[in-house]
Amino acid sequence: MNLQFVVDGLLTGSMIGLGAIGVTLTYSILRFSNFAHGDFMAWGTYATLAVVGATGAMFGKIAPIAPLSFGWPLIVALIIGMAITGLLALLLDFVLFARLRAKGQAIIVVMASFGASMALRSLLEFIFTSRPTYFSRAIQIAMPVGFGIRITPDQIALLLLTAVLVLGVHLLMTRTQTGRSMQALSQNAALARIVGIDVASVVRVTWIIGGALACVAGVMIGILIQIRPFMGFDMLLPMFAAAILGGIGSVPGAVLGGLIIGLAEAGAVQLIGAEWRAAVSFIILMAVLFVRPVGLFGVRER
Amino acid sequence: MSETVLDVRDLEAGYEPGVPIVRGASITVSKGEIVVVLGPNGAGKSSLIKAIAGLVPITGGTVRLDGKDITAAPAHTMVRLGLAFVPQTENIFPLMSVEDNLKVACGILERRETPARIEEMYAAFPDLARQRRTVAGNLSGGQRQMLAVARALIVHPKVLVLDEPSAGLSPKFVAMVFDMLAGIRKSGVTILLVEQNAKAALAIGDRAYVLVEGKDRHEGVASELWNDPVVAELYLGQRRQASEKGSAA
Amino acid sequence: MDLLGYGAFFLTTALIFSLVTLGLNLQWGLTGLFNVGLAGFVAIGAYTSALLTTPDDAARLGGFGLPILVGWFGAMLVGGIAAAITGIATLRLRSDYLAITTFGVAVVVQLVALNAQKLTGGPFGIGFIPRPFGSLAETPLLFNLSNLAVVSAVTLIAYLALEHLSRSPWGRVLKALREDERAAISLGKSARFYRVQAFAVGGAIMALAGALQAHFTGFIAPDNYLPILTFQVWVMLIVGGSGSNLGAVVGSILVWAIWAGSGALTSVLFAPEQQARAASLQIVAIGVMLCVILLVRPNGLFGDKPLRARFGKRAKAAAGEST
Repeated sequence: MNLQFVVDGLLTGSMIGLGAIGVTLTYSILRFSNFAHGDFMAWGTYATLAVVGATGAMFGKIAPIAPLSFGWPLIVALIIGMAITGLLALLLDFVLFARLRAKGQAIIVVMASFGASMALRSLLEFIFTSRPTYFSRAIQIAMPVGFGIRITPDQIALLLLTAVLVLGVHLLMTRTQTGRSMQALSQNAALARIVGIDVASVVRVTWIIGGALACVAGVMIGILIQIRPFMGFDMLLPMFAAAILGGIGSVPGAVLGGLIIGLAEAGAVQLIGAEWRAAVSFIILMAVLFVRPVGLFGVRER
Repeated sequence: MSETVLDVRDLEAGYEPGVPIVRGASITVSKGEIVVVLGPNGAGKSSLIKAIAGLVPITGGTVRLDGKDITAAPAHTMVRLGLAFVPQTENIFPLMSVEDNLKVACGILERRETPARIEEMYAAFPDLARQRRTVAGNLSGGQRQMLAVARALIVHPKVLVLDEPSAGLSPKFVAMVFDMLAGIRKSGVTILLVEQNAKAALAIGDRAYVLVEGKDRHEGVASELWNDPVVAELYLGQRRQASEKGSAA
Repeated sequence: MDLLGYGAFFLTTALIFSLVTLGLNLQWGLTGLFNVGLAGFVAIGAYTSALLTTPDDAARLGGFGLPILVGWFGAMLVGGIAAAITGIATLRLRSDYLAITTFGVAVVVQLVALNAQKLTGGPFGIGFIPRPFGSLAETPLLFNLSNLAVVSAVTLIAYLALEHLSRSPWGRVLKALREDERAAISLGKSARFYRVQAFAVGGAIMALAGALQAHFTGFIAPDNYLPILTFQVWVMLIVGGSGSNLGAVVGSILVWAIWAGSGALTSVLFAPEQQARAASLQIVAIGVMLCVILLVRPNGLFGDKPLRARFGKRAKAAAGEST
């Protein structure tokens, strides 16, 4: 078996894992599975694309940072895109989810997120059409790194970015008051209020983190594969499977779950064929539900 | 006597409009006191202090803390206002370490003050100091109560409000919890608690109220209430009779 | 005359949707089980019946050339089994897990439909599915009307059966379980078995609807069973009012009318090259409509009663035990 699948799997796993962090946080803190999370990815990517386009129009063409396929405009645009996606998540919460949460019907919120997902995705199709697009059409040369593995500079940069972001979120969750507040809220919402945690502000932080990371995951897909309105929706099942495999509420679990699913997908692509890729997450999901529904790092069923 | 810290007047509260559980309860707690609220099952004791802590919607009456009106202030603002509440159950974060349980409650403290304050709590509760890295869910029942109380005390509350701190504990731990509360009062903290375990609570309390059907029906000095015939009739009667029968048999 | 033909055609499609919605109403409205992969169960029914009834095809498994009725029963059986397995896997867990799993079922069914060419014909689907009254195809009006009669009859039978079920002791147990998810989980095996039954019967009804549709059009392809189908049926149920079988039927007809009407409108208003975009705007509008109904009128037109304010009640119960 060709070891190239390791690189492919880690990359796919990074995208899934970054998205799954948002899924797992939303599930553990707001207590619902957000079917619109994939569409945050797509929206973040298109927002980033739009900002890149705008800077291109303003400042002309800026050369990429050698050896990468992209330059400063994309990096700046990504940061703006992350902010926009966070705000989009906040807005959706404000007009829709928060109101339904206040009525105390968790599963209605899930349904609303399904409706919102359809609307958001179709809105992207309306604005940008369903034709795939790209950040850059330049072809990168993959460098051999031994063991029959080849990797491009973009791929290295994005793997590093993922590692930095995951470490950052992990430190935020475990070392800061905000992170402890998020943990507290996911473990016992009533007690969290009693100890003085402002639930509304923790919820806001949760949406912003989830949205921003979804945007990064989307842009990774955009750089390495392509940009389509359905790009996020297609990630939904892997993200849910990763969050459940890792154990709901666990950030390291979500990332590890993402990497496992990414590697399994890449392995399956090599062994069985790319057309069955999407079934991998489902098989893993079913296996987890039957064998250990709390997941790898989960403690109890909520 | 000394100044009033907590002043609850004619409080009405309940989860649904038109269905009050607390029906016009009035209690006061003075500085440095331990005040106990007793009452038969379903009297609304828990709802009363949950309403004070902002957890049950208030439909009438007032709650004043140090003269300031805190009626129906959002629950998460209560610690900042000076009221710390210890729920009866699920009063710790089970998946966080002992230390993180304390840290997460320090949101209203100055950041520089936090480490010292945590060490003060460890000094006051050496059991917790030995287990600072332990995941709180693995603590014993008594240690959990200890952690919950320490977590409430850490923010220098003007009044500590506890909902049945001895519930579900074995007799050994019950004694330990009440010793702990007596010790806390000695350090100058004002305490309001609801208890089923009337005897133990009255032993450490200064004054007590008897709540029946959501209203305070009787008030007195704690040490005298145990023998007060009115109280016996209102509440303690059945229980004491039962226990006397039990010991006679 | 043309209008009558179209009316029959429209109503047939709407009633097939009604049947799916009735299945969903049994799962969600009566039992509180959240199925976001119903397109998968519809597809299972359509493909099963197609495989069983089409004439032999060298390029794929079967067809077996069996009678249409056998196809329908086969569809219900396979759809019901698939739903039962899904239910067994997830119904001891929180409802979100069922939602995610059903979503996965739809993805996998779509994948199989697209890629397992030997079984499903791949992206080109299956054709030559026998149509009831196929001999009448020469006279479209008669053909449409007879189809409508068949579909109406099936829908009516399903409606009456479900009405009966929801009033039976079985239905009352399901409603009671719906009221308190935690109780339903903690009651253990017997409660779970009830819910698995409901989910399986719902899945079988959806599969039957898929089969009806397949035999009505005579041709199926993976594209018929995209997530948009799931979404449409959910909107139909929510508009009609979840919990009400009548609401499910009326909601389906109404939403299908809006859908078909707005589709026709876009094809008139927009140039052909803009129509794909306009169609996506149509979905946006329906998605927003779903959210607005959930916010403003969560019981829809005929919903049986307000979905309970669960947290309020539970909080009260929790307070009651400690006062």
